[in-house]
Amino acid sequence: MDFALTDDQKMMQDTIGRTLDRVCPLERVRKAAADHEPYAADVWQALAEVGVAGLIVPEEHGGVGQTLLDAALAAEMLGRSVAPAPFVASCVMAPLALMGSGSPAQQAEWLPRLAAGEVVAGVAVSDIAAGARDGAGVAAVQGRLSGKALFVLDAGAADLFIVADTLKSLHLVRGDAKGLSRTDLNTIDATRRVGELAFDDVEAEPLAARDSAATIGRMIDAGRVVLAADILGAGGRMIEKAVAYAEERKQFGRVIGSFQAVKHLCAEMIAELEPCRSLIWYAAYAFDAAPDEASLMAAHAKAHTSETGTFVARTATEVHGGMGFTDLLGLHYWFKRIGFDRQMLGGPERVRGDAAALQGWV
Amino acid sequence: MDLAYGPRYEAFRQEVRAFTAEFASRAPRDRGMGGGREWQQLLIEHGYAARTIPREYGGFGAEPDILESRIIAEEFIAAGLPMGMASQGISMLVPTLLELGTEAQKKQWIEPTIRGEVIWCQGYSEPGAGSDLASLTTHAVEDGDDFLINGQKIWTSTAHVSDMIFCLVRTEPDKPKHHGISYLLFSMKTPGIEVRPLVTMTGQAEFNEVFFTDVRVPKSQIVGERGQGWQVANATLKHERGMLGDPNQAGTRFKALVEMVKTETVDGQKLIDSPLWRDRLLKLQARVLAMEFHGLRLLTARLRGENPGVAGLIVKLMGCELNHQLAAFAIDALGEIGVLYDGSPHLRANGVWQRSYMFDLGLIIGGGTAQIQKNIISERGLGMPREPKLAN
Repeated sequence: MDFALTDDQKMMQDTIGRTLDRVCPLERVRKAAADHEPYAADVWQALAEVGVAGLIVPEEHGGVGQTLLDAALAAEMLGRSVAPAPFVASCVMAPLALMGSGSPAQQAEWLPRLAAGEVVAGVAVSDIAAGARDGAGVAAVQGRLSGKALFVLDAGAADLFIVADTLKSLHLVRGDAKGLSRTDLNTIDATRRVGELAFDDVEAEPLAARDSAATIGRMIDAGRVVLAADILGAGGRMIEKAVAYAEERKQFGRVIGSFQAVKHLCAEMIAELEPCRSLIWYAAYAFDAAPDEASLMAAHAKAHTSETGTFVARTATEVHGGMGFTDLLGLHYWFKRIGFDRQMLGGPERVRGDAAALQGWV
Repeated sequence: MDLAYGPRYEAFRQEVRAFTAEFASRAPRDRGMGGGREWQQLLIEHGYAARTIPREYGGFGAEPDILESRIIAEEFIAAGLPMGMASQGISMLVPTLLELGTEAQKKQWIEPTIRGEVIWCQGYSEPGAGSDLASLTTHAVEDGDDFLINGQKIWTSTAHVSDMIFCLVRTEPDKPKHHGISYLLFSMKTPGIEVRPLVTMTGQAEFNEVFFTDVRVPKSQIVGERGQGWQVANATLKHERGMLGDPNQAGTRFKALVEMVKTETVDGQKLIDSPLWRDRLLKLQARVLAMEFHGLRLLTARLRGENPGVAGLIVKLMGCELNHQLAAFAIDALGEIGVLYDGSPHLRANGVWQRSYMFDLGLIIGGGTAQIQKNIISERGLGMPREPKLAN
């Protein structure tokens, strides 16, 4: 019985955290947002150097061959630093698509490049994970794609896309494929890019070596755990910032952190967030060690951490008073990061619906 | 991360299972006070109660092993058997005596206490000393070889059936409040003690008020030194906080809730078929699971001898609140049936949810209120400053 991180995992997480502290301070995030960078190439490069891009890619394909728990620990650090870098799609869901349903040739072609951070992959599964909006849906006719995909994750400057069609088959589409048009969707969160893809009879390679519907399920489970971990990191950092601000800001002749009204808000935030860490660890562990429970645990981790993240985001902002509301402190980058993570791959109500169905309650 | 218990512990689990299978028929039906003295004696003999109490004090004498304790709990719950007694004497006084008692005190009190032959109550809280317990004013004045005690305690569970009390009294009125308290043991039959039942919102007398008028207690019946009672008491408060937020209890309650929404119908439709009830149930399920895994995390920290930090400080607050929310769900799901009580027709589960909903509020308040917990979390867990003292 050992429900804890290994020394290697702690060290890996620490390395990623230090790297981000160095290359991704708030000023770097502000610049990426102001310049509409698809992602911060220097941050991405530094992350790839410490193995983040290939974290779950098998060693035989140039990756580090780690588990989803390791990916979740990395995501926590990315959320903590609101890092403008692709991760959930390019480093987790796309590799899982290739590992789950790619042919040996497809794996050999793409996994090493993904693991090295040489290419970025976008993933289009939104209509399955969160439900189709505004007529989204991609149809495959004799291997060629038509229709549109919305909320494509890590779409900014992606070199290739993993696309699920409406019949839950998976396709690999090159970013420069003929008939593919790409539109950036501006979101509240300037640190990750989602896009809209329009397909007009686009050439695609099927990812069909093994059951693609099952692979899509695994991709969504993993994506949900990773987004939950991103919220955990962002929320944890917001609490730290709130506590630090409350210990510095003085009113009525004392630091506001000595008022119980303020202290109790901070206590409530950490009391709500710490059990999320335990739930996320278990969900990530189950993904690799207890596959029967994986989908349910991923759903709960995503829904519950999203609810908690929303509470932390607004409460930490309130603790900062008027300053929290301004752009001066940049606290809103974390607020928006959490808001983005909450809606992607299914908001809490949608995901709890999945959890109900998984238990035969629907 | 590895959640397997390993072969040695799985073998131990089989031993426990063999016991629960063999002795299930001897388990008492009435679960009050842990299942009675005979059952308690049987459990001690087999090492399933008083497991780590040394043999010389009447226990089983096993080395403390967190996983063994957990496996015993898991298997007894799975078999639906009453666990060993968990009275205040056993869960709070005995660990304190083992740590801080004299040899004579250990010899005299531990064995009859763990066998359920001596029932204890805890004399801590007072009308004017609740969350600020150290300001208690019940005082003990030297009179020859005795102390003479005057004052009042409140929230004293089981005082009306107790043989003995472990009690905090002020012996050094001139010292600062944390350094003027002593921890005394005395008989509830001592002249000058009056016990008045305190009926709570559940309609039952779950607590008492205890009044002391010139109660004479030999000075030798002190645990620790004079003026060190606060430190002695904190050793026991730690045990109580650990006891209240048991995450398994939420898991067991949640299972009962799932059964309820699968069987209860309104307008002929099962509650589970309503998306509204399902969504609320699922929100609770996430919390129950999160606290269950959180418990595994804290268990691991204990196994490794590590301080879990803020993760450990939140358990009382979150565990009690979750139990309360589970009961609240049950009452809402029952609708108008949810207000029935006291043997009414149509009442479900003997009114356990109604009683829990009210009693759990008492648990949120008792053993350090939710507000005190938030002070502890923010001050000790997050390092925030204490509230400045007002000048008197």
